[in-house]
Parts: sequence; C-alpha cells; structure tokens
Amino acid sequence: MAILVFVESADGKIKKTSLEAVAYAHAMGDKVTAIALGTIDKAELTAVGKYGASKVLTVSDERLNQGVIRAYAAVLAQAIQAESADTLVLANSSLGTPVAASVAVKIGASLASNVVGLPDTSSGFVVKQSIYTGKAFAMVEMKNQKKVIGIKKNAVELKEVGGDATVSDFTANLTDADFGTKITATEKATGDILLPEAEIVVSGGRGMKGPEHWGILEDLAKTLGAATGCSKPVSDIGWRPHHEHVGQTGVKVAPQLYIAVGISGAIQHLAGVNSSKYIVVINKDPEAPFFKAADYGIVGDAFTVVPKLTDAIKASK
Amino acid sequence: MKILVCISHVPDTTSKINFVENNTKFDTAGVQFIIGPYDDYALARAIELKETLSATVTVLNVGLAETEPTIRKALAIGADDAIRVNAVPTDSFFVATQIAEHAKGYDLILMGRESIDYNSGVVHSMVGELLGLPSVSPVMKLDLEGTTVKMQREIEGGKESLEATLPLIAGCQEPIAEWKIPNMRGIMSARTKPLTVVDPKAVDAPVNFQKYELPPPKGAVKMISEDNVAELVTLLKNEAKVL
Repeated sequence: MAILVFVESADGKIKKTSLEAVAYAHAMGDKVTAIALGTIDKAELTAVGKYGASKVLTVSDERLNQGVIRAYAAVLAQAIQAESADTLVLANSSLGTPVAASVAVKIGASLASNVVGLPDTSSGFVVKQSIYTGKAFAMVEMKNQKKVIGIKKNAVELKEVGGDATVSDFTANLTDADFGTKITATEKATGDILLPEAEIVVSGGRGMKGPEHWGILEDLAKTLGAATGCSKPVSDIGWRPHHEHVGQTGVKVAPQLYIAVGISGAIQHLAGVNSSKYIVVINKDPEAPFFKAADYGIVGDAFTVVPKLTDAIKASK
Repeated sequence: MKILVCISHVPDTTSKINFVENNTKFDTAGVQFIIGPYDDYALARAIELKETLSATVTVLNVGLAETEPTIRKALAIGADDAIRVNAVPTDSFFVATQIAEHAKGYDLILMGRESIDYNSGVVHSMVGELLGLPSVSPVMKLDLEGTTVKMQREIEGGKESLEATLPLIAGCQEPIAEWKIPNMRGIMSARTKPLTVVDPKAVDAPVNFQKYELPPPKGAVKMISEDNVAELVTLLKNEAKVL
C-alpha cells in the first residue's frame, strides 16, 4: 500500500500543516509520496523528505499556481492512480478540505475530515475525528479500500525522520471544465503570522473598549511572534477585520498558547479555541466564564496587565 | 432563477454535548435544534437574492420528521417551498448524494460551509463533483451579474476573489448576509407552504461512526496576581513549556 500526501505551499514554502500530513502518513508505516502543485522551489520539495516522503511529485502547470479546487482534485486523482496509492492524506484547510471531498467522490474513497490521531487497524480502519467544533470526538470506520484522510492542525508531532526526497515531474491531463472557477484576485496579509496556523494567538474582546487600543495587543503579539485574533462582537462592530474573528462561526485555532484579553468567554468563542494547548485569560471580571476554560488567569485591567506582560516576556528573553 | 438552499438540523451552539447508549448516540435530552448557523447565512443570502431578482427559493433537508420545525422556520424566513429527504443523515457522502438527486435544474445551490455537528465541511464539494459543477467554499460574499457569479472566498489570513458561471454550488459563511428573523406573517404563511417528503436514494455507506467520546476534563485554572505578571511568564516557560 502506498500513500500520497498533498502538500500545500504559501509564499513558495511548504506549509507546516502539510508537513504534519507527511509525518502522519509516515507514521502509518507505508511508502509515502508527496505531491505539490504549482511552481515551488526545488529545495523546498526535497526537504519534504525529512518528514518521511521518499519521493515528491511536482506539477508545474502555471494554471495551478492558484488553488482551483476541482483542478487540484483532478490532478490528485490521477496521481493516486499513477502511484497505485490507495490513501490520500492532506491537511484540512480552506483549500485542502474541499479538494479532499472532490477527490473522495472521484475515486470512490471513504473520507474523514479533522482527524486527530493515527488509524487503529486492530479491527477495520478506524480514525478519531474532531466533531462538535472540538467539543467531542468520533471514532470513524473508513470502510472503502481507498481512503482520503484530512488531518487537523497539530494532530501529529513534527519530527525529522529522513533525508532528501527525490523530485520528479508529474503531468496531469486537465480540461477547461476543471478550471470552471476563475480566481481574479487574492488579498493576503503578507509577512504577518497567519491566524489559523499560528503557534501563539493573542485575542481581544469588547473589554478592549475600542480599536484604538489594539496597539498593546499587537505589541504583545509581536514580542511573542503571535498572530492577533478577536471575538465575534469585535469583528461585527468593525473594530477588527472579519478574518481575525475566532469562534464557532469564525476561525478555529489550535495554537500552543491562546491569550484572551477582555473576552468574557461565550460558548461560541470557546468553540473556536478549545483545541488550544494552553489558554491564558486576562479579564477584569473575576466571574468571566472564560476563566473556567483557562489554564492560567489574571484578574485585572487589560490596559495595565498587557503592557506588564509584554515587558516581562521581553525581560525573560 | 431557481435557488436551492440545503439546511442541516443541528444542536444549538450553546448545547451541552453528551452521548448515550454506551457512547454510540448523541444525547438529545434538553437540546434545542436549530438551522445550522452557516446554512442560516446561505438562506439569508438566498432570500436577499430572491428580493432583488425574480428567484424562487427551495430548502432541502435530509432528516426524519423531527426536523420539520426547523424546515418550517426556513419557510418562515422566506423560502417558498421545501423538500425533506426522509432519512437519518448518516454521513457526508450520503447527504451529498441525496442533495445531488434533487439539485438538478437549480441555478444556484447554497449551503453552509460546514454543519456544526460533524464539521467536515465537504458536502458542497461532493455535490459539485457528483453533478460535475463548480463548487466554492467558504464563500463570504456572493453577487450575481447575469449568469456570472462573483464571489469572495476566505483563505488562511486573507481572501480570494473568484468568478464562475451558473449553475454553481457554494458553501457559505459570514459576512455573506445578516441572519434573518422570521416575522409573524412569515410564520403564519410557512404553515401552508408546500413541504414535500421524499424517500432517500440508497447509498453504500463509505464510513461508519462507531463511537463517540468527550475530551478529558480541563484541570483547574491557576490564578496569578496582576501584580506578579512575571510569574505567568515563568509558568508558561517552565510548566507549560510554550514560550
């Protein structure tokens, strides 16, 4: 059995979440081939070998420099066949998730999304999937011979296991119908740490009293190398852009550390952060429900506590 | 112009999640069911389009009779008629297959980016593949110019603008439209709007949800004095080891 792993790139670099998908496939114990679409630097491709892929396929069709869902799915389905793979592993993301679904239908595979653990093959093939927005897990038996597995961020530990991968070109047959959607523009915060992938997140709520006070959170975030987020009310009233909204209907984050400032902790917000490893809550209201979901808490005024925290982190470096 | 909005019937976002029967079934005791919040955005956008174009809006749900109050709510919000596929929505592929069976002839097929119970976020893309139509998700803006659909899709840390031609499937999320609250007239008229119940198409289930479990309980929060912020840094470094 061979496993194909779809690796995504951003700004010419293979994404960490995709490397986690490679590590997951490697841990399954079979031969791992990765595939990258669009133009990516060769050194980046060979480096995928470190996480367990022996070979990396590259498809340098310029039309694939943008993530067109059905075209990507068409290439992956063809690569699965060419490699005689029966499993596709990828990282769940705004691109990976719909691509996974499309591929699963094309090849008649069982599909599981948001998988958080390695398969249990003692009786059938069972994976653990995060459900109810992180509030529960399901044990999902994948019954078909072909399988598509979407990995949730931070589900596997990233460790180096190998050397360079060999890189070879793969040619796919694509039709105009595969490019039925045209991407006309992409707006992306460059240079910043992306919220969905950040290891540390600093979020602010209505307790910040206004967008003009975000500077202290940005200073803290910068000191920590963190991304900034916010609660739903904050993005609803336009203090912060929508893509920073963390919660049930916004971005779900899974960082090592989540720092919530002036956020009371409505259950809808908690749904977006409950996959965080550690949670720090700073709130002037000792009764804020968020403290019950936190690992560490400080009752105090954000405007004095946050700058003190930034200074303390700087001092400890 | 015909719009199909697919809605899920899911526990309210504030529900306490529990399982019964040796952790093989969701505990519905005391749980309020709602239109999936993302589906509710899709529905709201469909109603807006209906108001500006001469469109009809049909809602579709895969569920047993217990989902009818949820479907009636969608009708009260402004959908014209409804289809209920009389089956338990066992998995994404099953639901996508049922939608694909009924989606032919619609110009625009909208649904939420994901249901908030299983969160897979794959049904729209599966329907697209089954019907050979473009499918886009998660869509935060959707406008029509003739048969051209202009959309914005959320990507990690930004957004992407896209164009496609009808017919099309879109998985929606905020801020595509504001949720709509049914008014009294809507609620009254919803009672008599057509709701057709159909049998499901048989599907060989590709997956089987065997068992459920809850995450381990969180330990007690460690409180730190606001006058001793350095202690928090020490704990994050040495105890949590995240700095």
